[in-house]
Amino acid sequence: MAKIIFKDLAHSYLPHPKSLADYALQKINLEFEDGAAYALLGPSGCGKSTLLNIISGILVPSEGKIFFDDKDVTYADTVKRNIAQVFQFPVVYDTMSVRKNLAFPLRNRGEDPTYIKHRVETIAKSIGMEDILDTKASGLSADAKQKISLGRGMVREDVNAILLDEPLTVIDPHVKWELRTQLKALHEEFSHTMIFVTHDQTEALTFADKVVVMNDGIVVQVGSPKELFEKPAHTFVGYFIGSPGMNLFEADVVGDVVTLGDIRLKLNRAYRKLTGRIELGIRPEFIKLSDKSGDMEIDINRVEDIGYHKIVRAKHRDMHIDIIVPEDIKITQDMRYISFDMDHIFIYEDGWLVEAKEGRSE
Amino acid sequence: MNKTVNQKAWFLVLPVFLLVAFSAVIPLMTVINYSVQDTFGNNVFSWVGLDWFEEIIHSQRMHESLGRQAMLTTIILLIEVPFGIFIALNMPKKGFWASFCLVVIALPLLIPWNVVGTIWQIFGRKDIGLLGHTLASMGIEYNYAQDVLSAWITIVVMDVWHWTSLIVLLCYAGLQSIPDAYYQAAKIDQASRWSVFRYIELPKMSGVLLIAILLRFMDSFMIYSEPFVLTGGGPGNSTTFLSIDLVNMALGQFDLGPASAYSLMYFLVVLLVSWVFFTVMTSIDKKGAV
Repeated sequence: MAKIIFKDLAHSYLPHPKSLADYALQKINLEFEDGAAYALLGPSGCGKSTLLNIISGILVPSEGKIFFDDKDVTYADTVKRNIAQVFQFPVVYDTMSVRKNLAFPLRNRGEDPTYIKHRVETIAKSIGMEDILDTKASGLSADAKQKISLGRGMVREDVNAILLDEPLTVIDPHVKWELRTQLKALHEEFSHTMIFVTHDQTEALTFADKVVVMNDGIVVQVGSPKELFEKPAHTFVGYFIGSPGMNLFEADVVGDVVTLGDIRLKLNRAYRKLTGRIELGIRPEFIKLSDKSGDMEIDINRVEDIGYHKIVRAKHRDMHIDIIVPEDIKITQDMRYISFDMDHIFIYEDGWLVEAKEGRSE
Repeated sequence: MNKTVNQKAWFLVLPVFLLVAFSAVIPLMTVINYSVQDTFGNNVFSWVGLDWFEEIIHSQRMHESLGRQAMLTTIILLIEVPFGIFIALNMPKKGFWASFCLVVIALPLLIPWNVVGTIWQIFGRKDIGLLGHTLASMGIEYNYAQDVLSAWITIVVMDVWHWTSLIVLLCYAGLQSIPDAYYQAAKIDQASRWSVFRYIELPKMSGVLLIAILLRFMDSFMIYSEPFVLTGGGPGNSTTFLSIDLVNMALGQFDLGPASAYSLMYFLVVLLVSWVFFTVMTSIDKKGAV
């Protein structure tokens, strides 16, 4: 049990990185709190596996340090770090029974047999395998094997963290949900620090207390699922999380007036002078469609009814706009206007969120 | 999908059928034919029933050859299997040296049996052979043509040299298929080197290892050219293995009847032992928790 701290950590697979693009992981400072459930979320190749391998000790970072509490473990190997890991594909010892699989890490550490027996039974109960403890592991299904891998990770009480590297990849969709719920329950029961790597936003958002969103080797935001949804710190978080993602429009901002092509909007807060690429972002959930006048006139291209709400794909000149309309509202021919919820408009400068000046402009 | 019935399709099988007939069925039938008849030349045969089989079963000569054969095969398997696994475990996993090792290790497999025999025959000679001469100048008694122990050691070493590679290559292929995650997991679980071998590598290799053992059993049980070229079955009869004995009987003495009975029983023994091997090892594989 320990807090994991990254200090000015960066990693490049090249011996002499020249530009920022040479880094698989750009400089980060990050703290993983003890006992919390984290998700590392990002597309393939964003650096999340690199980050995980640095935590587990498979990889030594090329710059910076990693601490467990106040102990520098930058050069310590996996065993010394006392970390457990669950891999993408279930790793079980085929010739052993479920019981022996679960007991293996404890037996290798020379624990007392009565303690092992007790501990294995506790874990087996938590992962719902107490009935098949004496079955050979090789014949079990992929999800059962993955549960064993997970159980093997948790059987040691003193592990500093459990790392889960896309553990649900080979699991059938209908079992995924169950396993994810169980994982969450296990976390609450044993309160190990868990770090769950995934590229699936649903997995990340349902599992984690805090999500670390990564893109191109940069940690773009760390926050609760709610924060990621309500206030994306980067346009990447905006469109990567949410379905559909955030609407982003090229914009000009002067004070509290924003210009989107031929449309001028007055915001409820003012901004400093912005340079670079300016974008306005608003989630489809915060745009209202109506048949009376609004902020913008649109043409509807398509309506997708996905059961619990409707997604309207619309267009204004060459701007594409997604709008989420509640299921009970009927969409008619006359609904050609949209209005924005001003509290949920965000301004981004070169991708990063810009905070408004203190106080409202009104 | 509906299957169309077309009896003409049988003709497509005909070429293979003819090939198998000429290469296997007809020769085998000839052997069976000889094994139940006697002849004094001029193509006149007389029926003798199972007399030849009875004679061979009770012949001391066959018992002795079988004993020597069993001993050789056992020694060879006991050396080659662990040795092959050991080499496979210690080979580089990737990069230039992996390819290099593979090529070097595969080389002996490409050499024809009788050439292998010739190589070792010359290698072990006292006058011009490197091995024979070196040993002689060190004062070690070594003469495969006269000393039984020397002959046996040479044959065993020769076979180990020629065929361990097969086991290495098969095991190596088995080892390569183990994902890295297994080793990482074992490391996290603090498994010892022996545990990694016992619980990860061996189970993952067991399939190919079974095939390797089976192939080595069959090949060594039917060994002919190498000892024939090296020792010709001697000194005395000490390295006369089953196939050498059989050839002596069939072509040396031209006792076609007993030789046919001999070869049929030989065939059945190979078949039986291979079957037992296979059944036992696959059932070990399927057995419940250890």
